[in-house]
Amino acid sequence: MNRKHLSIRTVVAIGIGTAIVFLLKRWVSIPSGVPNTNIDTSYGFLGFAAVLFGPIAGLFMGFLGHALTDFTMYGMPWWSWVISTGFVGLGMGVLHNHLGIEDGMFTTKKMVLYNVWQVLINLIAWSLIAPMGDILIYAEPANKVFLQGFVSTITNSLSTGVIGTILLASYAATKLKKGSLRKED
Amino acid sequence: MNNNLFGYDHQNTWIHRLSGSSKLFFFLLVSIIAMVSYDTRFICLVLVLSLVLLQQSHIKWAQIRLVVKLIVAFSLLNLVMIYIFSPENGVAIYGTKHVIFGSGFYALTQEQLFYEINLALKYFVTVPLALIFLITTNPSEFAASLNRLGVSYRISYSVSLALRYIPDVQNDYQEISRAQQARGYEISKKGKLMARLTGAVHIIMPLIFTSIAKIDTISQAMELRRFGRNKKRSWYMQRPMTKNDDLVWVATIVIVIIGGWFFHIDGSRFFNPFK
Repeated sequence: MNRKHLSIRTVVAIGIGTAIVFLLKRWVSIPSGVPNTNIDTSYGFLGFAAVLFGPIAGLFMGFLGHALTDFTMYGMPWWSWVISTGFVGLGMGVLHNHLGIEDGMFTTKKMVLYNVWQVLINLIAWSLIAPMGDILIYAEPANKVFLQGFVSTITNSLSTGVIGTILLASYAATKLKKGSLRKED
Repeated sequence: MNNNLFGYDHQNTWIHRLSGSSKLFFFLLVSIIAMVSYDTRFICLVLVLSLVLLQQSHIKWAQIRLVVKLIVAFSLLNLVMIYIFSPENGVAIYGTKHVIFGSGFYALTQEQLFYEINLALKYFVTVPLALIFLITTNPSEFAASLNRLGVSYRISYSVSLALRYIPDVQNDYQEISRAQQARGYEISKKGKLMARLTGAVHIIMPLIFTSIAKIDTISQAMELRRFGRNKKRSWYMQRPMTKNDDLVWVATIVIVIIGGWFFHIDGSRFFNPFK
């Protein structure tokens, strides 16, 4: 990829992450009444995993996971939405270096940063990229796709926000806090 | 279980014998051109071709019944939604208005009917191709196919890892889900929405933490085996290219050119019979 090759850990994270996104999309979502649109728990996982493994891993997990789900369930990936899921992974991965979850600290400040950022990313993905893709690729009517996009923005940011925050907080709690070891006098 | 999930069925037709990369190439390019094109004639042509291929690959109705039903339900819902939200979308696209019956905003026009028929055709046209690919290609060959189409072997390997671990993750999920339900977390329709959400979190959490531990184990094992040392790698499941494969590649390019030629005749993506 860019400059250096993907690290082995990223390759494996993409593989397992894709499997989990696939599983969550297929079995663990709650219908919301608008076609193509569920309260989709996979976005909670995607937000968490992208923060943990970085933007490239997030991008591919989201893209491949969504494409595989559509491909096996409907026989065709719905490309505009698949691309948006990839974008969410990429966007959330940007926080990888800013949150420092591996240090075991998930402060209120970081929680606010994560949630503000995720609403922004979900807004761009579902109220802009997905509907525009639907119009450009599938020539669907604008008011329909923007309503779907609007509903998805809400459900997906709920998922990314609530589930993602809980996952990050619990994960950080399992890590040793930075500077928690002291040399004995 | 892996084969089960994607419906792979081991047989010996000429389609089964093709290399996975040729089938993937055919599926991807033909479905992209069919997705972009709104020319009814071209889409019908592709639909007939894909149905012939479906018959050639000896796929039985029972194997695809469930997927087809899902797609029919999804398409009907979407078509009705489009009519409710924008009954004059066809008029806007084709530029004329021929009312069949009714009046006012929801009058049924020939243009809208034609536009929605085109959409329905587009929803269906690639489905036989996708099913053929899934049912006639061994999932283990998928990574090799991606790599041959120019995807980096690291990403291809990720895909193969995903396919390998989906059944495992599914098993973990079922076990954890039963254990948590025994403890009182409800995720089925019996629970209220909030109860289902918290139930889902309590199932997802252990699943994700075991999987993250798995990521470390697998990457250490791969590191020990020096994954990623070389610029290329070979694939155990790769099929050699045959004459038939070359023909499939040529056919794919011919179909794409025909699709592009229809754009040229119509002057846009849309075939307009109302002019």
